[in-house]
Amino acid sequence: MEPQQSLLEFMGQQSDKLWSQTIAHIGLTCISLLIAVIVGMPLGIWIARRKKATWVVLGIAGILQTIPSIALLGFMIPLLGIGALPAITALFLYALLPIIRNTYTGITGVDPAITESARAMGMTTRQILFSVELPLALPVILAGIRTATVINVGVATLAAYIAAGGLGEFIFGGIALNNSNMILAGAIPAALLAILFDFLLSRIQKTNLERMRKVSVILPVLLLVLSSFYIIPNSENKLLGGFTPEFMGREDGYLGLKSKYKLRIPTVVISDAVMYKAAFEKKIDVISGYSTDGRLKAYDLMTLDDDQHIFPPYYASPLVRTDVLIKYPELQPALELLSGKINDSIMTDLNYRVDYLKQTPEKVAHDFLVRNGLYKKPNIGNKGVIRLGSKIFAEQYILIEMYKELIEGNTQLKTVSKTGLGGTKICFDALTNNEIDLYPEYTGTGLLVILKPTKTEVENLKGNRDKVFEFVKKQFSNHYQLQWLKPIGFNNAYALMMRKNQAQSLNIKSITDLTTYAANGNHRPKRGI
Amino acid sequence: MIVADNIRKDFREIKAVRNISFEVKRGETMVLLGTSGCGKTTTLKMLNRLIEASSGKITIDGKDIFQERPEKLRRTIGYVSQNNGLFPHFTVSENIAIIPKLLHWTKSDIQTKTEALLAQLKIPWEEYAHKYPDELSGGQKQRVAVARALIADAPVLLMDEPFGALDPVTRAGIRTEFTQLPELKRKTIVLVTHDIQEALELGDKICLMDQGEIVQSGTARDLLMKPVNDFVKAFFESQRLYLELKSLSFNDIWELLPHADDLSGPVLWSNETLWKGMEYLSEQKKTQLVVVDKINQIHKKVTLANLQESLNRFKYNL
Repeated sequence: MEPQQSLLEFMGQQSDKLWSQTIAHIGLTCISLLIAVIVGMPLGIWIARRKKATWVVLGIAGILQTIPSIALLGFMIPLLGIGALPAITALFLYALLPIIRNTYTGITGVDPAITESARAMGMTTRQILFSVELPLALPVILAGIRTATVINVGVATLAAYIAAGGLGEFIFGGIALNNSNMILAGAIPAALLAILFDFLLSRIQKTNLERMRKVSVILPVLLLVLSSFYIIPNSENKLLGGFTPEFMGREDGYLGLKSKYKLRIPTVVISDAVMYKAAFEKKIDVISGYSTDGRLKAYDLMTLDDDQHIFPPYYASPLVRTDVLIKYPELQPALELLSGKINDSIMTDLNYRVDYLKQTPEKVAHDFLVRNGLYKKPNIGNKGVIRLGSKIFAEQYILIEMYKELIEGNTQLKTVSKTGLGGTKICFDALTNNEIDLYPEYTGTGLLVILKPTKTEVENLKGNRDKVFEFVKKQFSNHYQLQWLKPIGFNNAYALMMRKNQAQSLNIKSITDLTTYAANGNHRPKRGI
Repeated sequence: MIVADNIRKDFREIKAVRNISFEVKRGETMVLLGTSGCGKTTTLKMLNRLIEASSGKITIDGKDIFQERPEKLRRTIGYVSQNNGLFPHFTVSENIAIIPKLLHWTKSDIQTKTEALLAQLKIPWEEYAHKYPDELSGGQKQRVAVARALIADAPVLLMDEPFGALDPVTRAGIRTEFTQLPELKRKTIVLVTHDIQEALELGDKICLMDQGEIVQSGTARDLLMKPVNDFVKAFFESQRLYLELKSLSFNDIWELLPHADDLSGPVLWSNETLWKGMEYLSEQKKTQLVVVDKINQIHKKVTLANLQESLNRFKYNL
């Protein structure tokens, strides 16, 4: 294994990326904030005039605020697709409530004696608004903008899930790749940004009334300038790649594409939950899918031939704590009932049922076991409890449901499921910290993400899946007291995918074709294809 | 000249004020007097349309105020409110310049006028022009508010308890200054107060209001000596002697006073109030004083005893 890299070394090495992500983060925060100010302040002023509309507007803004941020981003995808637009929209909606509410509070809080004397002097409603009410409400409005800013800096990290950039790319990449330095390289600047913005705005808020007038001019201009920082890769003319955070950092992923294939295309980072759909909707052109993913079929995508073999096939197999296997010897035979039963096409079909036909993983798993004569009625035993974990995609959910029925049907053990454990790092940490007892893992991930072997070690394995399996099995047993059981049978590997009709029309069949196409600067056909 | 003809204001079901009619002549000061909630402020605010009258007619110098745009109307009517209404984010000079700016005066005009006005109100320009209202004392704030209302030289001035927020000492002082301010002498003023002394001191005419209606209007003496009902009588009862002494001059009781035989003791003009006479007697520790009729140069003798007796006889004769 390579020696541990320090955080500063990592940040120094990745300083280009760090800068561009930080700037994108600032831009994303400021654009959405600017729009929220432009929309929220007039709304706040309006409801201060029309008390009847107050509770309707504040109610709606309040409800928007309570939607969990990740869910809000999820809602945005069918409406606005992926990329900057849905991210900015979601952030804008989050920033809205504090700005509307504080504008309303600020305006209604102006001493009525002052507005009356303004009226009595013959000022018009407009003059009163701009020279009396807004200046006097400004400290309160600024407090609202401050709250909104801090919220937005935080929520903007999630934008990386939908290819909108920002410091979330490091954070989620780090979680996926089990790289604490990468997580911190994203999280620390994000936290510092929040603190910095909060501090600057608090200073502005405390300036005296006289300088407040200048602030009301400077602040919008500053926001506008900062907003212009936000430039996402321009993909008008080229094929755009959308890769998961994990893929971006893996040797058998984007790094390999760059070093072995010399592939140069603009990329965005995106969550695998929305990646396939985004490719289907032509938001991105090349994605990093899994070879067994059901959505490959569902969205009419095709895999590009890996002619230089940077994506070796890996086994999927249950990864179990050694102490649990010793304590309950009947567990291993029950789990291994599945081995050899699922090949690639079966797994793809099972995934397709869940991803596209929207069947529940329970049903898909149950039907499969019944068809193959593996199903037994649960024993409802009470010998012990096995905690099953899974990552956050369909294949894992299905496998977990199968293991659940196999364990409960063949042993006196009970099971509990802890599904949806984000990425590899979260699953693996949960396993080593004795929070779960097993989860399905892929030998390639085990090798590259967790063991992080040296280049020569990887060379020696030559991408041979059986050699990899033996290596990983031995290392995990020695270092982590974890056991890889017999492989389930199917291979899961990364694969580059494109829309079938686009790939055909550009005559791209392999990754080398893609590289050649990209290198020749061929322009991307208009989004008709 | 302000004429209000049968104006009324309802807030939804509640009749706030009704049957209000009065006339304020040019250069005259009329006081709307009454207890809290009697409708005096509502009445005042209807004059510059801060509150729109439900019915009735108001004219200022013959012009129907409802025919004019409220903003334009208000720029021609000075307004001073109880809590000064100064803009806290404007300096003293900026506060005063609000109306001139609305009227598009030149910068130098505004400056010259402001300086002159502040000097009259004893607020030195150099020291105070660039201060914010929070840096001023209560009395100074109120003076700035008055300056702001006077700057555009509006012929009409409306004042809503202008000294109400001040302590009694400051109030008495500022009131005296106020009566001597030449700017104010030519203005038609409507002033709202609940302070009887203030009404007496400042008002040429007083409208006593109760429950949204004018109960009696006239000079202070009319209200004191010829109350139309028990309410008016009761209203002044607690300070009656003081008010009577304040509102009557020696001319009023001239015939009832004895001629002066010896001319020793302090001398007063006969148009001074009886109160002034009382003050003289007590301050100078004298038993008698001499009052002189300016025109006829007749001298009369005043002692505590004959002052009291004359007053009683005067009231009896009414």
